[in-house]
Amino acid sequence: MKSLILRTAAPPIVGVMLLFSVFVLLRGHNEPGGGFIGGLIAVAALSIYGIAFGVETVRRAIVFHPLAISGAGLLLATLSGLVSMVFHVPFMSGLWAYPVILGQEVPLSSVMTFDIGVYLVVVGAVTSIALSLEERGED
Amino acid sequence: MEPVFAVLTGIFLSFAVYLLLSKFIIRMLLGVAILGNAVNLLIFTSGRIMREVPPVIGAGLDVPAGPTANPLPQALILTAIVISFSFFAFLLVLSWRAYSGLGTDNTDAMRVAEPDDVQPPPLGY
Amino acid sequence: MAVSTSPADLSAALVLQPVAALDWLVILPVAWCIGIGAVLMMVRHKGFLQPLIAVAALAVLVGLDAVLLWHVAQSGPVTMVMGRWLPPFGIAFTVDLTGALFALTAAVVALVGAIAAIDDINASGRRYGFYPFLMLLMAGVSGAFLTGDIFNLYVWFEVLLISSFGLLVLGSEREQIDGAVKYGFLNLVATTLFLIATGYLYGIFGTLNMADIARKAPDLRDTAPLVTLTGFYILAFAMKAAAFPVNFWLPASYHTPRIVVSALFAGLLTKVGIYALIRVSVMLFPFEREQLSLVIAVVAVLTMLTGALGSLAQTDTRRLLGYLVISGIGAMLAGIAIGGADAIGGAIFYALHSMLVMTALYLAAGLAARLGGGFSLINLGGLYRDHPLFTALSLMLFFAVSGLPPFSGFWPKVMLVKSALDSGAGWLAGALLLAGFLTMIATGRVFLLAYWRPAQEGSATGQAVLPPMALLPLLVLTTLSVLIGLFPETLLALIKSAALTLDEPSAYLNSVFPAGSAP
Repeated sequence: MKSLILRTAAPPIVGVMLLFSVFVLLRGHNEPGGGFIGGLIAVAALSIYGIAFGVETVRRAIVFHPLAISGAGLLLATLSGLVSMVFHVPFMSGLWAYPVILGQEVPLSSVMTFDIGVYLVVVGAVTSIALSLEERGED
Repeated sequence: MEPVFAVLTGIFLSFAVYLLLSKFIIRMLLGVAILGNAVNLLIFTSGRIMREVPPVIGAGLDVPAGPTANPLPQALILTAIVISFSFFAFLLVLSWRAYSGLGTDNTDAMRVAEPDDVQPPPLGY
Repeated sequence: MAVSTSPADLSAALVLQPVAALDWLVILPVAWCIGIGAVLMMVRHKGFLQPLIAVAALAVLVGLDAVLLWHVAQSGPVTMVMGRWLPPFGIAFTVDLTGALFALTAAVVALVGAIAAIDDINASGRRYGFYPFLMLLMAGVSGAFLTGDIFNLYVWFEVLLISSFGLLVLGSEREQIDGAVKYGFLNLVATTLFLIATGYLYGIFGTLNMADIARKAPDLRDTAPLVTLTGFYILAFAMKAAAFPVNFWLPASYHTPRIVVSALFAGLLTKVGIYALIRVSVMLFPFEREQLSLVIAVVAVLTMLTGALGSLAQTDTRRLLGYLVISGIGAMLAGIAIGGADAIGGAIFYALHSMLVMTALYLAAGLAARLGGGFSLINLGGLYRDHPLFTALSLMLFFAVSGLPPFSGFWPKVMLVKSALDSGAGWLAGALLLAGFLTMIATGRVFLLAYWRPAQEGSATGQAVLPPMALLPLLVLTTLSVLIGLFPETLLALIKSAALTLDEPSAYLNSVFPAGSAP
């Protein structure tokens, strides 16, 4: 789309939306939010970017093919479930670690890695659909 | 509240069935979208409706402070929404492809896979 | 890293004992398929790697399912819950002999399909994602066979359905799009019916765990509309299984994709519907099944006969086989209609036989098309003269699907006819035999026209020589069919005890709710 306003406004909007999507993803552990909705926000950001600068630019910006991102997310989610095997607890049990980084206790868990996996799956799958639809619209 | 929701579900379902009975794909798609919502409403109603707080456990607590709404139907609906959303996206793209490839959105005219004029198999040789 | 300890006392709701290593077999087939599918998605452009990884992974899957079957046969149904939450709160995966048998057969079929696909799926099909879709399809199929939670069953249905969409439109020919529209809409209606039934079930029972439902059903029988609910489930699963009169999506779509995809669909998809039907109507609502048995029996007879008659009328070999799939579904429904351990065992046996043989038949039709230049019975001819081994294998499969000894189709037919006669339903036994007879005529005609008749003048011909690798999948499946036909004792014993567990599910319930646990 050849709109100067959109092209000027898109980069900051997209940046803020991507940041917000990560915030929603991490917030989702104990409050409303999570990987699915975070992923959808990220997809919305990428779609805006695509509308402003074209599909090719988005494909270059995300480096990997969207479906490869999906695959990585799916693998991460599966592995987060399988980690339980090492600790002799059932599949997908929540496992926690509290490493101290720079004097600050950071809670990490397999629940979170699972959620990041979901985030990547949603980003990859929905981006792939959105981009192919946008491509159709362009020609 | 339940009777109202039951009637509403019924209205949604009848709209969806009516649209799905159409022979035009685009109406069937609308029917599919409404059908998904009808089912979500049905699950929501069957989980009992009450005027309670959302089932979110507050900070610093291990159990909810008081009675909360039933979270399970909400989880089921969330799953169903995700699935019906992806289905709808797929069917939308498929219908578009069918329209551009077959040149029609009338299912009566879509006879590429099942042509009318097939000869019966030979009876002998 | 430590498992979190919480101030609130959750010991009544959590699994606290360490999980035995063998119990992981319950979840591993599904997790394995998803994980490998994810890896294949990441290396989508490495066309040569895809089949290697997929075939190796499916071989491992066959191994996993075989060990799982052995474990279940040794020690009864096995349960694992997700995330340490005890059932009915946590989602449970529970495997009994029925689930393990179906899962193993499905894995064998998928492995053979993946090997056949090395030849059949070209580079663009691989780039499009045939193998990732296949692995995700297997995740859905295995999940449906192994889960012990009815909503989870719905989710696996959707996983396999969405993967099957991907496989169905692989190549994007116009016929495929046409078939996929019908397949997509009708299957969506079927799964939505399943979801509606599950919504009602949750409203009535307040639980989704199958063992919990089976436990609570006797108390609710007087007050809740369970017959209606069971009717809903039967309609939904019958639609998935392609039973008459809701079978029309199958002949409209199964002949459109690549032949390997057709073969996998014929072996896997409808049988998941039959499995779910057996699970729900026999284990969860046996009393209601009894009430509806006449309806199921009538549907079964109509399905068998429309399938067999439909196959007689077809010129395209793939469409002919599609109708034979439907006819087989009718035979399985007959077993469900009769009820009792013998008939259910017959239905399970028939389903396992049908998974192997229908896949093999589609692969045979694909090879016949490669050699003879098409799928039309008008043009095919002369295969026997040039390809005796292939012809012999095909003839065995034709006998197997018609239910003749000494092939795998014989024993389930015997079990079904015998239990039909025992229950006094002579007409059902007659319909089973008539359907078998009609199937024999249909396949016999294929043999006469495509194999026995001299090659047709002026019709297109395919390649003259078949690479020996191309016959391997067919050889494996035919050998299995013959072995099952000649030495059915072990399998029969397993199936008998599987059907007994379904009929009297106390072992299944014990596995989910160990004796003495809170109700």
